[in-house]
Amino acid sequence: MPFNADQMIDKVRAGRVWRSVFRSGAGSSTLHRALAIQQNIFLHLFAAKVRRRMVRFGVTWYLGTLTFGTFLILIVTGILLMLYYHPSVPQAYADMKDLQFVVSSGLFLRNLHRWSAQLMVFLVFAHMFKVFYRGAYRTPREFNWVIGVVLLVVTLLLSYTGYLLPWDQLAFWAITVGSNLSSAVPLVGGKIHFLLLGGNQVNANALLRFYVLHCVVLPLAAILFIAIHFWRIRKDGGLYVQPSEPKTQAIIDSALAAKEGQ
Amino acid sequence: MPDAIHVNTTKLPIEFDRRAFFTKIGLGSVGIAAAGTIVFAYEYLSPNVLYEPSAIVNTGKPESFAVNSVTMDVNSGIYLVRAEEGFFSLSAVCTHLGCLTAWNQDLGIIACPCHGSKFKRTGEKIEGPAPKPLPWLKTWESDEGDLMVDRSTDISPLQYLRI
Repeated sequence: MPFNADQMIDKVRAGRVWRSVFRSGAGSSTLHRALAIQQNIFLHLFAAKVRRRMVRFGVTWYLGTLTFGTFLILIVTGILLMLYYHPSVPQAYADMKDLQFVVSSGLFLRNLHRWSAQLMVFLVFAHMFKVFYRGAYRTPREFNWVIGVVLLVVTLLLSYTGYLLPWDQLAFWAITVGSNLSSAVPLVGGKIHFLLLGGNQVNANALLRFYVLHCVVLPLAAILFIAIHFWRIRKDGGLYVQPSEPKTQAIIDSALAAKEGQ
Repeated sequence: MPDAIHVNTTKLPIEFDRRAFFTKIGLGSVGIAAAGTIVFAYEYLSPNVLYEPSAIVNTGKPESFAVNSVTMDVNSGIYLVRAEEGFFSLSAVCTHLGCLTAWNQDLGIIACPCHGSKFKRTGEKIEGPAPKPLPWLKTWESDEGDLMVDRSTDISPLQYLRI
């Protein structure tokens, strides 16, 4: 019997194990495809069907997806960097240097983390500008814009907390300056500064707090809000598409015709 | 008129029923628990013991400083100045955003590398974004004859220490 890949795949998909995991079952009818999306915890955030013109490159330049891509790279490289990095004053800087010069592929992973972080901040802003100038934030998508602003703040905080971790002069003074900004808050500024650093100066407590924020608190917040952000796209009627060109042109033509007729 | 008073008194007992009472009790206890959680979190997050260097610095014998000299202690972030009028010490931490300033001997000024604030030897601001002059710090002579500086206590300017 000759080997047939399609038949093999169909056989696996019809099998009991596969069916216990993916309950939509074999087949490629519209219903099967819709069920495959709806019954998957990750895919159900998205619409079961999209218009082809919604996913054209020119509409969004895929900026949101690219931002999410950099976020995934940051999670993978970040977890790997955590295996060699100790968030303590005597070790942090040396660990960072070890990652650069001693650990196999350490330089690659650290630079990938660093460049992806820079790129993510850039892409978040680019995504925001694209949404703004296309008017994609308008009704019924106002709330998703608000979630987007929360994600912008989380991204900037991730960038800021990660900046301290190399524990070099640049990091130390950047965080000294940055945390002193919080002292300018009226009445409670000094308290916020004290809680943020866990002391009066950038020291061991500050390094540990920034590490926990950078590796646990802020990524969890980002994942939560990213999930809501994606889910809201479906709930708000899919990606925003501008009225098609011919229709707009028709409105202009009829308006001009009406003017000439006067 | 007496009729109106009569109507009001009969309405009162109906407004306050068992359901409203338990709702208030329930919301009240949730509120107390929430307030307790906030206090608990704040107390936990603010350290009670800090392993930071002492605020009091021993800068050494007064004779080791020449007249009209500015000496910076980088580790403690202070200047010890010996002027003709006497000794004083200044915080070297910029009042703008906390960078460590540096004494420039040639120009005779204190300058901040971060955002360009400049100060006179007495802490007075010459230019830049710093909102306040560099504070004068409490300075005294210990029983052993050493110059001591308390970094946590500001004093008003121009109080020279004469030895």
